[in-house]
Amino acid sequence: MNSKGDAVSESAKSRPFLEVKDLQVHFPTDDGLVKAVNGLSFSLERGQTLGIVGESGSGKSVSSLAIMGLHKGSRAKVTGEIWLDGAELVGMSVPEIRRMRGRQMAMIFQDPLSAMHPFYRIGDQLVEAYLVHNDAPKAVARKRAVELLDRVGIPSPDKRFSDYPHQFSGGMRQRAMIAMALMCDPSLLIADEPTTALDVTVQAQILDLMQDLQKEFNSAIIMITHDLGVVAQMTENVVVMYGGRVVETGAVRDIFYRPEMPYTWGLLGSIPRVNKTGSARLKSIRGTPPSLINLPKGCPFQPRCDQQAHVEGRSCVNELPELLQIGQDGHSVRCHIDTGQRKRLFAEEIKPNL
Amino acid sequence: MGRYLIRRLLQAALVLAVISAITFFLFWATPANPALLICGKNCDTETVAQVNATYGFDDPLIVQYGNYMEGLVSPAGRTIGSEGNERECAWPCFGESYQNGIPVWDSISDAFPSTLWLAVGAAVLWLVSGVMLGLIAALRKGKFIDKFSVGLSLFGVSFPTIVFGYLLLFLFIVKLQWIPFPDTANAALFTVGPVKWLQFYILPWITLALVFAALYTRLTRANMIDTMNEDYIRTARAKGLDERTVVFKHGLRSALTPIITIFGLDVGGLLGGAVITEQIYSITGLGKFSIDSVLANDLPAIMGVVLFAAIFVVVANIIVDVLYAVIDPRVRLS
Ligand SMILES: Nc1ncnc2c1ncn2[C@@H]1O[C@H](COP(=O)(O)OP(=O)(O)OP(=O)(O)O)[C@@H](O)[C@H]1O
Ligand SMILES: [Mg+2]
Repeated sequence: MNSKGDAVSESAKSRPFLEVKDLQVHFPTDDGLVKAVNGLSFSLERGQTLGIVGESGSGKSVSSLAIMGLHKGSRAKVTGEIWLDGAELVGMSVPEIRRMRGRQMAMIFQDPLSAMHPFYRIGDQLVEAYLVHNDAPKAVARKRAVELLDRVGIPSPDKRFSDYPHQFSGGMRQRAMIAMALMCDPSLLIADEPTTALDVTVQAQILDLMQDLQKEFNSAIIMITHDLGVVAQMTENVVVMYGGRVVETGAVRDIFYRPEMPYTWGLLGSIPRVNKTGSARLKSIRGTPPSLINLPKGCPFQPRCDQQAHVEGRSCVNELPELLQIGQDGHSVRCHIDTGQRKRLFAEEIKPNL
Repeated sequence: MGRYLIRRLLQAALVLAVISAITFFLFWATPANPALLICGKNCDTETVAQVNATYGFDDPLIVQYGNYMEGLVSPAGRTIGSEGNERECAWPCFGESYQNGIPVWDSISDAFPSTLWLAVGAAVLWLVSGVMLGLIAALRKGKFIDKFSVGLSLFGVSFPTIVFGYLLLFLFIVKLQWIPFPDTANAALFTVGPVKWLQFYILPWITLALVFAALYTRLTRANMIDTMNEDYIRTARAKGLDERTVVFKHGLRSALTPIITIFGLDVGGLLGGAVITEQIYSITGLGKFSIDSVLANDLPAIMGVVLFAAIFVVVANIIVDVLYAVIDPRVRLS
């Protein structure tokens, strides 16, 4: 399957399949430098799924575009390293990374309404994605497109092949988008909120489909979502982002059962539960996300954090806490509160209210 | 589609009828006296009365208008002139000029080829240059070439055609003498040969194209910049398409759609005559013909040229609407 040379796979052995190291993405704008991603690091192996969660504006989409190399040619400044299968992507030229797009890595975009070209038929857009990387007759590409449309649950796919995007419903468009990303069996699939426009049954089908494909091709998946239920169902590891940084990361059970970062507590607290009543039902995190132009000097979450009183000997306002590993399994947390204290707080004050 | 076209054509006929009526009655609302124009020097009360009878100026306006329209609608044309001096005016009968008695349709068909060549040549020139310049500017946004073309197009839209045309004429024909002074009023490609034909038309083309080229540059640039920021362009890149395919197949296709429609309307409008350019270079096209007719109070000629020009505008509108539906699948004809 992997056609890469031995030299490459040699160095790939020592590295994870995907490794993002200290990624920064900054946009110069008229108002100032928008620091959308500030030192993001994570890694992912083949066959695994990584969930990225974080509220709107935390830099999830911007980071995925950086992996696809889609900031190249724009004014965005991207620094750091992204290693995919032994190749470094940040420094790569556009023609080089272009050959990897769609095949080594593919992306399901967040907004399927505008992500498809309104003038071309859905089928032709899928066929095009296949033919860029495969020297095959059009009939083969067509067959593949119809097959994938079928697999993502588009009824009578050979007829729907000839429809234009505006003739599809929102959910169908999202499924067509997924089919398009899968045309060349990518080894890394970045799914940016792939199921937000779908009803629960279809959502379950799509998630199943992605899991099947992952088994079939041993691909790695980055699942960006607001839906912690999806995270729980699909992923092995989770990255919690805030203000363009990782604030907590670890295995999915650590994040759900032993979270230590106050922001993660807030996220978990905002999951709707049927069995909660009254004011306890839904807790939102107070305040608003930080301005990415004037990022706080200290902890990015400090202005909204209710647990600052528990910090000893450090200043949340002036010092940025480091992302420190606690325990095994790579569970790391960025917080000034002592880890013992955090565990106690979670057990005594947070968990009972979740 | 068929039903749509039929409905649009009927609408077009109605529009033309309204235009003809307005032109006709407006003309008679002015203090014009065509009888005096027709008999010229030998006018006396008797001849004026005779002319009025011959041309039917005594009839109620509505009857005159009806007679006029008959010549356009009836496939047999109509009969004009007084008893004993009757002439058949074949379809399409726009009547005879009050000035010189020449059938208006003959004058129009004589003048039209010059106007057509002028418009088509200029259209090709401004479309190609405008789209190319706009495209390059959009792709190199903020760079020197972008600022250069934005400046150039600002210059182009603000430079009056009449000044620009005379400047070109003065510079290249009179001063530098790169181009000989045109020795015919109308150059037909097959009689004068391609070199003379080009020499005849090149400056008029540039003159006429300047403003349009400037507008099309700005339009293409703006559309292209908007389009290249669309999500579907990002999707196209994410598939691994090379930049050329992204720009031309995915970007330009969308950016050009509105331009094509404007282009159709602009060309349709110019086929009725480019007044200023034809005047500068003494091209005896429809533009010059309309000025002459208006200055001479020549009703049949005015009616003829107005209706003829209106036909192009109306037809261009229909073509553009159909074309739009062909290009953009979201547009449905109904
Ligand atoms: N081209 C750009 N120029 C300037 N700022 C940008 C640009 N693209 C994104 N940003 C900013 O970067 C920040 C992160 O955006 P991003 O799209 O990554 O958020 P997100 O985490 O995906 O949010 P959501 O959950 O709403 O999709 C936002 O504040 C956004 O305004
Ligand atoms: Mg996003």
